[in-house]
Amino acid sequence: MRTTLQNWTLLFGSAVLLAFPAAASAQLSTYDIETRIGAESHVGNVTGHAKDAALPYRRYCVGCHGPLGDGNGENADWFLTPMYQKPRDFQLGVFKCRSTPTGTLPTDQDLFDAITRGFDRSNMPQWNTLSKQERADLVAWVKHYSPRWANEKPGAPIQIPPEPEVTAERIKAGRDVFARVQCWKCHGVQGMANGPSASTLTDDLGRPIAPFNFTEGSRPKCGDTDQDIYRIFMTGLDGTPMPSFADNIKPDEAWDLVFYLRTFMRQHSKEKDLAKGLGLKPVDPNAPAPAASGQQ
Amino acid sequence: MRNRYNFAVALSTVVLLGCGALLLSQNVSAAGEGKIAGTVKLDGTAPHMRGIDMSKDPYCVKAHATDPAHMENVVVGSGGALENVVLYISDWSGPAQPETAELVFDQKNCMYTPHVLAMDVNQKFKVVTSDQTTHNIHPNPNPMTGNIPWNQSQPPGAAPVEKSWKAVEVIPVQCNIHPWMHGWFVVVKGPYATTDASGNYTINNVPPGSYTVTAWQEDLGTQAQKVTVAAGGAGSANFTFKPK
Ligand code: HEC
Ligand code: HEC
Repeated sequence: MRTTLQNWTLLFGSAVLLAFPAAASAQLSTYDIETRIGAESHVGNVTGHAKDAALPYRRYCVGCHGPLGDGNGENADWFLTPMYQKPRDFQLGVFKCRSTPTGTLPTDQDLFDAITRGFDRSNMPQWNTLSKQERADLVAWVKHYSPRWANEKPGAPIQIPPEPEVTAERIKAGRDVFARVQCWKCHGVQGMANGPSASTLTDDLGRPIAPFNFTEGSRPKCGDTDQDIYRIFMTGLDGTPMPSFADNIKPDEAWDLVFYLRTFMRQHSKEKDLAKGLGLKPVDPNAPAPAASGQQ
Repeated sequence: MRNRYNFAVALSTVVLLGCGALLLSQNVSAAGEGKIAGTVKLDGTAPHMRGIDMSKDPYCVKAHATDPAHMENVVVGSGGALENVVLYISDWSGPAQPETAELVFDQKNCMYTPHVLAMDVNQKFKVVTSDQTTHNIHPNPNPMTGNIPWNQSQPPGAAPVEKSWKAVEVIPVQCNIHPWMHGWFVVVKGPYATTDASGNYTINNVPPGSYTVTAWQEDLGTQAQKVTVAAGGAGSANFTFKPK
């Protein structure tokens, strides 16, 4: 029984590989990785050291992320569905949850927050039970797998202006932004992950991936405060189809959009109450794209 | 009055063009540089290019109402002329190329124009959109090369995105919103050219010497030839690909 299952996984795995020959895959040796064991992280006033994380990594992370950090731990093969993404390949140095622009490295704090938070709708657990020092050491350990940090600095975090007061006007304006930049093409006009392009999405490694469903009550992987949601669509989730909108949504509009997205979510919110009073209809997928509003 | 004005404009245009041509030719001859030119052909029946179903997006369907869209993996013109083949000097050891023409990659009628954009390492290029629908421009290099993937949305009227690549690589680029939109950034070292609709190409600014010219076609692979360029002269290399 066991072997049949394993064979299936193998078969499925190689079919995916064949279908997407362009997909990048990790290729570093233990030796190459070892040269970066001096990697550090700086989170608040704590300095993390990769060399101190070998043990906790083996204890808590290796089963999924693998001894080479390439996401091929022994449990990793069981995850692949559009809903459940495979563990991150740390060698590639490409991360979803960043405060930094698309195409740049995340900050140490970003990685620290991702490890602390864990990922909802994913097998990546929450690690807030580990001490701050242990988590900082693990951040340094994660970094030591990729040569990117030796050649590049993290991007400059995007600026998030103070959150304005939620108003009915702002929610309405947020609906216009949602229509203009066409989030609904993937997320659906009601945020139910059923837009016209949703079914064909694949991640950078050619694996199927589903857009976020706002309505089912799970929280976004990269955090669920208003600031987190602002950051998510401004920086994008690198390695996935979820793009960055930083060049095309102004800060004020971004807050409007955050408020509108809240109206989709199952959790109770002030936005939901206000939207009820407004009687807002979902955007019309067949309407021509609204004109761009004063792009610079 | 009007006539005389037109004449003045025409005259200054001619003068300007003349100066431009002079400058260009000086640039080339100053370094004693030559070029490599030739034609790339397909020997055999052109593979069938599937029509594209754009029904995911009514805007795209409308844009192709009278001119149905087809896949562009192998674009063959009359006499077997192969378009979109990139030619470059695979054993180039000279300096980086001076930035010449502006490189623009346009999202137009829900297709990429051009389908293949060749460029030098670190050369800047611009991604623009002519469409009234939102695209996301998502190149997918292998980060191990030093080229890092990014993914940016471009709604209608979006400002150009200006980028460059650090390392030699053939990089697929796609729009996740319109999954049929698939193109290539071909990053090479040194001078390069891309074949036109007649299969012709000219690689300019090649100093005298002996080179390996490589032709890259996305489906048909690569071929290489040795070519010698004399000072100020022209080397020639024609390529023939067989259908797969
Ligand atoms: C049960 C399996 C599992 C374990 C154990 C696990 N992870 Fe993960 N991890 C994942 C998966 C799956 C993802 C990718 C989730 C996704 O992309 O949706 C991931 C993603 C990550 C990311 C990427 C964050 C980003 O922004 O892209 C980091 C960093 C990470 N894990 C660190 C760790 C560390 C450190 C440990 C050990 C303390 C650990 N993980 C343990 C499964 C696991
Ligand atoms: C090309 C398709 C596409 C478009 C367009 C798109 N998204 Fe996404 N989005 C995705 C995918 C796929 C994911 C899931 C990524 C993952 O789970 O790793 C996602 C995830 C998200 C998430 C959850 C992220 C998390 O941390 O789990 C939010 C919030 C979001 N998108 C908001 C938006 C907004 C707002 C817009 C428009 C401004 C937008 N998206 C446009 C594909 C898209």
